[in-house]
Amino acid sequence: MDGSAILARLRERLGDRLLATHEYRGDHTAVVSREGLVAALTLCRDDAALAFDMLVDVTAVDYLRFPGREDGPRFEVVYHLYSVGNNHRVRLKVPVEQDDPVVPTACGLWPIANWLEREVWDMFGIRFDGHPDLRRLLMYEEFEGHPLRKDYPINRRQPLIGPKV
Amino acid sequence: MGVGTFFTSKLDEAIGWARKYSIFQYPFVTACCGMEYMATACSHYDVDRFGAGLPRFSPRQADVLFVVGTISHKMAPVLKRIYEQMCEPKWVVAFGVCTCTGGFYDNYATVQGIDTIIPVDVYIPGCPPRPESVIDGLMKLQDKIAVGTQRY
Repeated sequence: MDGSAILARLRERLGDRLLATHEYRGDHTAVVSREGLVAALTLCRDDAALAFDMLVDVTAVDYLRFPGREDGPRFEVVYHLYSVGNNHRVRLKVPVEQDDPVVPTACGLWPIANWLEREVWDMFGIRFDGHPDLRRLLMYEEFEGHPLRKDYPINRRQPLIGPKV
Repeated sequence: MGVGTFFTSKLDEAIGWARKYSIFQYPFVTACCGMEYMATACSHYDVDRFGAGLPRFSPRQADVLFVVGTISHKMAPVLKRIYEQMCEPKWVVAFGVCTCTGGFYDNYATVQGIDTIIPVDVYIPGCPPRPESVIDGLMKLQDKIAVGTQRY
């Protein structure tokens, strides 16, 4: 399927849980509401025509002080999906508010989501509801804050960790 | 030496001379500086000329800790433990600008100079340092080893 057909199918199946779609230079993106995220991901994986069997990446964007997006939700969690059999891709985005940075987990759909979501928690402080083991992935547990948030000072020094005795 | 000739020296100087030509190094290689370390160690530049040709991959058998490459906060306790496992006398060389000051990694992940966690004897700046700088640093370390009181 080409990208527009993928978006059309998502639009047809998800209805108003699909907030918007857009494409840019051949990359097709669907913006999904948080409530409709699990349904959208499940549809992407299980629908015979879509068959996105591979979760390529989960990441997030912090739109704090982003020009033109001062009013909208602060974060977006981004899912990149790929279908090995059909050789097509799609990107799903979920807006997340600063006051309630929680998204349902995708661990039940793709096991790789476990580590990818841990990285997003580590770097952006977005929690994943239902995740079996939401610990930091890259930074150590004594680390304070979430370094890829735009309000994390670039030169902030963390206390050094010593060997555990 | 022939019959009747003799040789005098101070014991400290003799031990210092021996120590500076038998540097057993532990290369703690974490990043791209490792390539330059390998170039220095191999036949073209040949650190074996300075008695530092045998890397030991156990800190317990090493005299000099070569910290080669960026040290992250997560790696810091490992480096510290490696240093503590080395037997006296021991020296530390900070190889490359990341180990000296953190370099351009002025960010949340990188230790801003390994001298914040362990003592350093010789700093070799450069990104990465050329083999000539490394050999220069090594010779400075040899001078440092040779002079001064030897503990034995």
